[in-house]
Amino acid sequence: MTSTAAPPIPAPARPAPRARRSRGKWRGWMFVAPFMLVFALTFIAPVVYAFVLSLYRDQAFFGGTVFVGADNYAQVFADPKFWESFQRVLVFLAVQVPIMLLLALVAALAIDSARLHGTGFFRIVIFLPYAVPAVVAALMWGFIYGDHFGLAADLNHLFGTAIAPLSPSWLLTSIGNIVTWEFVGYNMLIFYSALKVIPKELFEAAAIDGAGTFRTIVSVKLPAIRGAIVVATIFSIIGSFQLFNEPNIMRNLVPNTIGTFYTPNMYAYNLSFNGQQYNYSATVAIVMGVITAVIAYVVQLRGSRKEM
Amino acid sequence: MATSSTTRFSVTNPRKSRVLTAVMALYLIYTLVPLVWLVINASKTQTALFSTSGLSFGGAFALFDNIGQTFTYNDGIFFRWLGNTVLYVVVGAGGATILATAAGYGMAKYRFPGRRAVFAVVLGAVAVPPTALAVPTFLMFSKLGLTNTPLAVIIPSLISPFGLYLIWVYAADAIPDELLEAARIDGAGEIRIFLTVTLRQLVPGIITVTLFTMVQTWNNYFLPLIMLSEPKWYPLTVGLNQWSAQANGAGAQPIFNLVLTGSLLTIIPLVVAFLFMQRFWQSGLSAGSVKG
Repeated sequence: MTSTAAPPIPAPARPAPRARRSRGKWRGWMFVAPFMLVFALTFIAPVVYAFVLSLYRDQAFFGGTVFVGADNYAQVFADPKFWESFQRVLVFLAVQVPIMLLLALVAALAIDSARLHGTGFFRIVIFLPYAVPAVVAALMWGFIYGDHFGLAADLNHLFGTAIAPLSPSWLLTSIGNIVTWEFVGYNMLIFYSALKVIPKELFEAAAIDGAGTFRTIVSVKLPAIRGAIVVATIFSIIGSFQLFNEPNIMRNLVPNTIGTFYTPNMYAYNLSFNGQQYNYSATVAIVMGVITAVIAYVVQLRGSRKEM
Repeated sequence: MATSSTTRFSVTNPRKSRVLTAVMALYLIYTLVPLVWLVINASKTQTALFSTSGLSFGGAFALFDNIGQTFTYNDGIFFRWLGNTVLYVVVGAGGATILATAAGYGMAKYRFPGRRAVFAVVLGAVAVPPTALAVPTFLMFSKLGLTNTPLAVIIPSLISPFGLYLIWVYAADAIPDELLEAARIDGAGEIRIFLTVTLRQLVPGIITVTLFTMVQTWNNYFLPLIMLSEPKWYPLTVGLNQWSAQANGAGAQPIFNLVLTGSLLTIIPLVVAFLFMQRFWQSGLSAGSVKG
């Protein structure tokens, strides 16, 4: 970030601007303050409020709330429903995120390689699902998975398989497929933007050294876009832990398989809006937020140190 | 760009590969099949949906009939949802872009007390899942009497940490300090410099942020779902899911054809926006990743 450092202006005598600079030390706030004001209302205040809520509990018979300290947290950590939902998103994270990022990386490398016929067409079409709302994606795929007017039956017939995407054993995979479909293009774009700004001389130097395509990718391109890979990984981890839209919408199709605590986020949502357990719901949200932030932080630390 | 036989292939301009194109075409098919399926099935009547195969046209071509029904069903509630969505996008995403542009520029071009703190807080906020904030935000807004009003959806949409970051790195590159100094020596005030000098330089960055905040607001589901209780304030996403849920339960009134047509109508504006503004947002993103 060299250009954000103090401006190295060759200085003719300029007393006037200097005097103004010391007077206008705070003027940067003119531009930042409106953002920070709304930010305080929509980010900081809810975090503080959630924390306060998590320290109290509703009294069942007497009404009102009572301070319970860390009791709610103890309850979350001993709550089998929470851990079941947590485990589910963890499995989702471990399987879906690598597949999605790998697909995105391959797509970005292919598009960046200039070896495709119709590069621009590939780039825009692969990105396109990002513009489709999660609601529409989940509805659409949900119908496609279904027996009535979907494609699953046709495909099973064609390949002689018996995959039922909406059955309990396949459901998480089916949701993973929707999320992959939605976000490969977005991640591809992150990788592609990073690939595009690698200095071309590096490739020429690698070619002179006799590096083939594969070698160039491994030794030049991947290290150069490590930052982008870390960012995409962090965003994907956050996304997995918050999994909500797709399963919540597909509940309409399979209400018996997707319960009220299918993912931690659905659990927090249903605690609040179907159970009025606001304090406990806030605690679940905070626990998930802290776990997410810690994991994102660890990935960021490892990613910036380790060689690819 | 026709590659004639006389072109010399080089590292930066290699020979096109049919194999690679074919492999990528498979992925392209995967991407497109659901969308094609949607277009095909949005053109079927409810009966034809059940009686014909998924990927072929069947029965009468009912797309325009379906569109008409979508807009008139239940006293034209879909039209109302469309209007709500546009309102949330224009005010929410528009406001988010303005706030992020001003703040990103301020972070890039000014040194001021508390700048590091702003950076740390905003960066930390990116790691907090927005949905984790949703429940407390709802409770807070309900105390303030804001729930079930458009403001409940608009206010949280006004903040885009990603937008701030993008404008920041973009402004750091695109606006030379010399330009600002020159304007100051000419006697222009800071706000005036921002409006007359800065904004023009930031256009690709601003368009990129506009598109992405627009997508986020247009596609937002969770926030309006919890904030709004009356269908008259729903955006398209929540409304569509309500239509879809009509197929369940005791008094089930399935309107699959309208759900499908409504879905198609919901995605068209964004797809068109992205296609037409490709050049701008792609250059905006590349600039962002220089520092990323």
